[in-house]
Amino acid sequence: MRNKLSILYPYKKGFYHTVDNTRFSYWLVNSGYKWCVAFLILAMLYPVNAVASNYTYTMAFQAFLKWVPLLVKSGFVLNIIISFLAMMIGTAMGVILGLAQVSQYKIVRIFAGSITQLFRNIPWLVLLFIIMLTFPFEIETADKIYKIPDWTKAVFGFSLPVMANISEIVRGAIKSVPLGQWEAAESLAFSRQKTFWQIILPQCYKRMIPPWMNWYAILSMATPLVSLLGVEEIITLSRQAMEAENNNPELLIPFYSFALFIFFIYCYPIARWTIALEKRYAVKL
Amino acid sequence: MNTWTEKEPILSIKDVHKSFGELEVLKGVTFDVMKGEVICIIGPSGSGKSTLIRCVNALNDIQSGSIKVEGVEVNDPKLDKLALRRKVGMVFQQYNLFPHKTAIQNIMMAPIQVLNQDPKEVEERAHSLIKKVRLEGKENSFPGELSGGQQQRIAIARSLAMEPNIMLFDEITAALDPETVKEVLVTIKDLAQDGMTCCLVTHEMGFAKEIADHIYFTDRGIIVEHGPPKTFFTEAKDPRTKEFLSQIL
Repeated sequence: MRNKLSILYPYKKGFYHTVDNTRFSYWLVNSGYKWCVAFLILAMLYPVNAVASNYTYTMAFQAFLKWVPLLVKSGFVLNIIISFLAMMIGTAMGVILGLAQVSQYKIVRIFAGSITQLFRNIPWLVLLFIIMLTFPFEIETADKIYKIPDWTKAVFGFSLPVMANISEIVRGAIKSVPLGQWEAAESLAFSRQKTFWQIILPQCYKRMIPPWMNWYAILSMATPLVSLLGVEEIITLSRQAMEAENNNPELLIPFYSFALFIFFIYCYPIARWTIALEKRYAVKL
Repeated sequence: MNTWTEKEPILSIKDVHKSFGELEVLKGVTFDVMKGEVICIIGPSGSGKSTLIRCVNALNDIQSGSIKVEGVEVNDPKLDKLALRRKVGMVFQQYNLFPHKTAIQNIMMAPIQVLNQDPKEVEERAHSLIKKVRLEGKENSFPGELSGGQQQRIAIARSLAMEPNIMLFDEITAALDPETVKEVLVTIKDLAQDGMTCCLVTHEMGFAKEIADHIYFTDRGIIVEHGPPKTFFTEAKDPRTKEFLSQIL
């Protein structure tokens, strides 16, 4: 399978870069802002309950402003913390799993491949539910009870699909190194281990960075999922704030638009950077 | 244990059979190469030339027959492949330089990592090898910054850095344009004059004629005809050889 006569394929820009797609970054950069604007227009047109007519958008906006520091400081920051930790743990596990996917031993390959496919193909929300609801919320030792905060379970829940996708990125990057590199190293009497660590892997790092960043953007956009499970991140806090403001429907627009834009502002540069890196590495090889 | 002496063939190939699945590409090839000899293997595409020399350093395994390098049997499951490959250098059509290393690092890597030689000594040798392939000043260029011919000469230097006893060249000029072919061939000629044992698979008939001690013509997995270049090109007897030569020359 390794030698599929790649020399016969027509030249295609970024041929070696189909490691894992960076489609999400492209989508975000090219049309993400259009969706944001579309959402805002639709939201403005949304028929607001006529009964509460003495509550205006201006009042809603003023009420919203009070909550901004809280939403950012303890809401959005938690989203970022969750995404950072999940990415770190997921990457560490994913690299190991990805290396296992190209192991010399068939049993290891099959095992790692199954785990990768399993976590790549189950809905994130289902996984989060399973982890949030089945994992203990506290651990009892002889003399103490340790509480496990919800968000740490969220980190773990997110790190599993990230692990699976990073695993695929690693495997794809290794497989994208031309067969000739293995042969050249072998003919210079490099052992398989030395070939792998000194010749193949160093060529993979650059190829892995853009898709890896792409997955980080996807992950950080996915963190509001845990609001369904009560973790006090930005969306949960927005809902609680709106409740505190008597649930006026006019509040929906400032609060959710804010959440929308703060994520967009956070992820857009990442997406731009991803694409720029991908293009730069494509030229250099 | 190994009683090989320089009077015996450095490379001895006997009745080698090799198949890829159903397809038999080598159907009993036999020849010997003495130390210091330069042989060229020519023949139409798909005749098994490249496969044959890839079998010599165990990049491909063979189904039956015997390949002996300095008296050591290659067709042996207990073969120490790494020891074999230290003695046999190989250069590929696509150069296969390591793109993340500079030219001189490409050359120095194997002696340092595989043979555990002293980096300073290796660096000195690498410089003299670069001089030998006439690429002074390109030490710190990355492969991507070099032309095809330059890359191929660095690839030759990289193999030579392991101080092999035999060099295998697998259609090393096939991917080059005619002008750069020359500079690579000059390098090989120097090597041959230094007494290196060389096995070349090539399509450069003029070059083969000039450099080879012996020419082998393969077609459909067997050696159809062979001889020293003087007689090979003028007195070919086999109709297939004649046809091939008439198309090329």
